Amino acid sequence: MKLTLRVWRQRNASEQGRFETYEATDVSPDMSFLEMLDVLNRDLVERSEEPVAFDHDCREGICGTCSLVINGVAHGPRKATTTCQLHMRSFKDGDTVTIEPFRATGFPAVRDLVVDRSAFDRILQSGGFISVNTGGAPDANALPIGKAEADTAFDAAACIGCGACVAACPNAAAMLFVSAKIAHLSHLPQGAVEHEQRVVRMVHAMDGEGFGTCRNYYECEAVCPKEIPVSFIADMNRGYLKAALTAASD
Amino acid sequence: MNWLTRSLSSSIGNKLLVAITGIGLVGFLVGHLAGNLQVYLGQDAFNAYATGLRELGPLLNILRAGIVLVAIVHVVTAIKAARSSKNARPVAYAKHTRVVSSGNSHSMVRTGLLILAFVLFHLAHFTWGLTHPEHYKLVDGEGRHDAYSMLVLGFQSWPVAVSYVVAMFLLGMHISHGIPSLLQTLGISHPKYRPLLEKSGPVIAVLLVAGFVSIPVSVLLGIVPLPEGVL
Ligand code: FES
Repeated sequence: MKLTLRVWRQRNASEQGRFETYEATDVSPDMSFLEMLDVLNRDLVERSEEPVAFDHDCREGICGTCSLVINGVAHGPRKATTTCQLHMRSFKDGDTVTIEPFRATGFPAVRDLVVDRSAFDRILQSGGFISVNTGGAPDANALPIGKAEADTAFDAAACIGCGACVAACPNAAAMLFVSAKIAHLSHLPQGAVEHEQRVVRMVHAMDGEGFGTCRNYYECEAVCPKEIPVSFIADMNRGYLKAALTAASD
Repeated sequence: MNWLTRSLSSSIGNKLLVAITGIGLVGFLVGHLAGNLQVYLGQDAFNAYATGLRELGPLLNILRAGIVLVAIVHVVTAIKAARSSKNARPVAYAKHTRVVSSGNSHSMVRTGLLILAFVLFHLAHFTWGLTHPEHYKLVDGEGRHDAYSMLVLGFQSWPVAVSYVVAMFLLGMHISHGIPSLLQTLGISHPKYRPLLEKSGPVIAVLLVAGFVSIPVSVLLGIVPLPEGVL
């Protein structure tokens, strides 16, 4: 199949970006979206043009490195699918595909489709850990945890930190990511201990990175490749309120 | 008190203020509607209610000051949230598709500001007596402020009735997103009840709007008539 690609090109953070149009001929419906870009880049290199920079690593939907806003949707049109797992059969011959980077103050531009998502690392460093010494790996079931609790923690831990929630959010808010990271620790006994400090620290770190304020559009949940639910945001809001009112001063 | 200012100025704290004041404003709407619906009981009952409100004296002023404060905090914090979102995405997408979010949710600031403008006009009309002083001065047979006739005469004017109905529809749009949104902000959410909580917005909005809109419609249809001998 043939596609017309409108790709965001930007040499560096200080330069203004613009769209370039490329014709992709010979696209197989079995290619992944990133493989399609690989082919485009091979053609660009053969023509001695700069290849398009984009992020990728595992290419199997588990690392959270790939990104892209494809035709206005973070990770493209398929529900619960990362860009690397998106296949070209989701598009029709002759389609025009607009490819943009994740856009947010908290994700400054690096080059072309690559943005700097290290704000997420700094938010995690502010509280996304447990500081009790848990010793060696305990025997299985030495510490009983209810199935429902374990499942909820696991659902939250499915977050791969790709940042699609920020990219999709009309407010460029990071609350789905932060709430998932809080939830996956606080639903387990080792993590529950520091829950209050964690919520306060991570929310303040999130604000400090320049992310917007969630106004409950739920676009994040709709694009999340791991289908993290916005109920975690409600839990975080409640946790923050409770911590603000009752926690010993931080 | 450092913790208080710090908590309230965070993104979640700011949102909580929008939500809590939102509850106050919805509560006010329910009370206001309950009062207004007494117009169906006739001139005597409605004027007795209106006079009763005025006789609250200082308590009425405390309530008024409270609702004004709540409204100001609601507007200021909501605009602050919208502003922070603008700053959070300086370069707009060439193409940004709304996958699930409603038009109502995207127009909260616009509908909110239009409602605010309407409220000022509404106060000038019925509370301050600035727009129709000749209606405001009316007195009923018992010498009371004739709020009933003032209301009927007001809504017999098409521009007043139409602007009121339009404002109520904007209000409906605003609260049908506002109510589920404030519940989420307050952390009231559970997978079991989520569909119910999300529907609460449109349902409450329809009920409130239907109640408010019925009044000018009833006046124009003659269901709520002007008493004999007025004007
Ligand atoms: S490249 Fe690892 S999730 Fe897409």
